[in-house]
Amino acid sequence: MSADASLVAGHDGPALTGELPELANVYWRRRVDARELRRADRLWTLSTVAHELPFMATAVVLPLLNPVTIPVAAMALAHAWFIPELYAARGAGVMRAPRRARGAAAPPAGAETRALGLLGDLVGHDARELLSRTGFVLERGSLGAWLIGPAGALLVRPGGRRVQCHCVHATGDELPPADRIAHLLLALRADESGFATVANMTFSGAFWRVRRRLPAPAREGLLAARAAAEA
Amino acid sequence: MSALIRLDQTGHTVLAQWSPEDSAAVQDARGALRAELDRGYFAVASESDGTATQVRELPLDAEFVILRRPIAGG
Repeated sequence: MSADASLVAGHDGPALTGELPELANVYWRRRVDARELRRADRLWTLSTVAHELPFMATAVVLPLLNPVTIPVAAMALAHAWFIPELYAARGAGVMRAPRRARGAAAPPAGAETRALGLLGDLVGHDARELLSRTGFVLERGSLGAWLIGPAGALLVRPGGRRVQCHCVHATGDELPPADRIAHLLLALRADESGFATVANMTFSGAFWRVRRRLPAPAREGLLAARAAAEA
Repeated sequence: MSALIRLDQTGHTVLAQWSPEDSAAVQDARGALRAELDRGYFAVASESDGTATQVRELPLDAEFVILRRPIAGG
């Protein structure tokens, strides 16, 4: 696809303003800003290195001690590869459609169409096209470019090399998916920093690592988000 | 014409419409907004330029005032 920064809804709009009332529910968290997110990025990198170093060291040292341990070293290398992959898969899970809680009523017929109509009105023309192709909304903020789905959002950090996965959702089980996205989009626009504070970060890591774990529509959305983050 | 819209199970519901000079419609919209805020909804004034602001009173000049449920991490 042709990833284009103009796909971003409200691309040239003024700075996001206001404060989310939901912040009262997470009063113990420090309010997120660009510095706080960079700190989180560094902590995720450190954590990944701490997980991988013992396996890497094992993979190097064992064959030096005794070549017969080469299969064990190979297994250690595999572990070193798969641990961050598992974290990335968990993070990419925020782009999956949310499962309805047991016993929750399904939205009535036509609800998703109505919800999509309103969501389309909230975003610009290009973002609407991306929404119709992928089911996700792209919104550029001061912290990076957000790709919003019904059960969470991906934040492509400025420069486009790193992605954060944020798990956040509208309360209530029976909302149509486009309505869920509208909830998150409005909250994000009203208070981007508050939105990032309320959301739970489930992964922060390399763009390529998240991308390969996403379904095709979300991958297309992520490419557009990276183009916006690079702009 | 401005509109008060609630995001809900049906996709969305238009609860009220008003123009600033129509005081009766404004009163109806204020009443509807208050009732939904009391039910736990949050109100966001959304403008066509892509901006949005949390509100607790009816902004007469807003294009849309949209009622949303709380969000939560999870």
